[in-house]
Amino acid sequence: MNSAVFKECLDIFVVFLRIGALTFGGGYTMLPLLQADIAQKRKWASDEDIIDFYAISQSLPGIVAVNTSMLIGYKKRKIPGLISACLGMICPSIIIILVIALFIKNFLAMEIVGHAFNGIRVAVAALIVKTAFDMGKKCFVDGACVLIFAMALLVFTLVDISPAIPVVAGGITGIVLARRHLS
Amino acid sequence: MSIYLKLAVEFLKIGLFSVGGGLATLPFLYKLADSYDWFTRAMLIDMIAISESTPGPIGINMATYAGYSAAGVYGGILATLSLVFPSVVIALFITKAMDTFRDNGLVKSAFYGIRPAVTALIASAALGIMKIMLVNLENGLSADIFNAKRIALFAVMLYLMKKYNKHPVFYIGGAAIVGVALKL
Repeated sequence: MNSAVFKECLDIFVVFLRIGALTFGGGYTMLPLLQADIAQKRKWASDEDIIDFYAISQSLPGIVAVNTSMLIGYKKRKIPGLISACLGMICPSIIIILVIALFIKNFLAMEIVGHAFNGIRVAVAALIVKTAFDMGKKCFVDGACVLIFAMALLVFTLVDISPAIPVVAGGITGIVLARRHLS
Repeated sequence: MSIYLKLAVEFLKIGLFSVGGGLATLPFLYKLADSYDWFTRAMLIDMIAISESTPGPIGINMATYAGYSAAGVYGGILATLSLVFPSVVIALFITKAMDTFRDNGLVKSAFYGIRPAVTALIASAALGIMKIMLVNLENGLSADIFNAKRIALFAVMLYLMKKYNKHPVFYIGGAAIVGVALKL
């Protein structure tokens, strides 16, 4: 591996290390960070790319956040980028969880931890709301899109199904609508 | 068979068969609790709480914690690497296919429908986390059904995000401080 590729991979590793350390909860909580770090600041992938990668990741086996970061890493620097992104994403978890498990016996019973995390969760809620709006602005290109959104939201909120189902159903609807449009 | 080999095989299986966000690995971990003496179902509940309230994707945090409970520090690292290994292999194939098919008309029209569906998943996650954080439903429809302090912080956060569009780390850090100061 030449030094330019190595430097680029190190860069990818560090960016995903930071994103991993700031993701609280499920894969969707990384989306505001991806928009800020990957799309706006570094332009490694567009907002639309990120939505697409996230959608693909929902339908693949494994952890959504890791799958999404690998697809972005690949777009930036092929296979070495994919592996750097994966390692960056999982390192904070390994380190933080092991430190807590080894040294801090009553982590959750600590009052200050509870208050801080309640504050963080409120911020994460606001970040996700903003992300949903930003994404809506980007992908509601016509009335059919709004309809797909409303249907998926209704079904996914009311029925306990895998997130892969709305993704696949949206894809099929997209193909059917495009076919009709063309004919 | 050594415990490390067992651990690696079990987490490779989880990585290969769990599809979906957040807690998709949980049913598999329950099964591990039942079939091995690595950890109990009760310990898993603590693991969920810690995994949800520390940085990192929940699934990865859970794997590290469960692996650590089974076989110490090396167990934690091994379980996590085993969990992501199938994803790495699958991603390698998917990206190859993506290079070939992403400009295909059929794939493009599929993504035209997929994007609003994914936006719905995000919106649903937003509603879910708002319900947990901002509303007290335990006491039914009582006077304290709305958590006023948190709702105020939520509104201020949204306003600041709209106005300044700073990096998320500022809001996360700021909210942690406010959380401690106001005893949220």
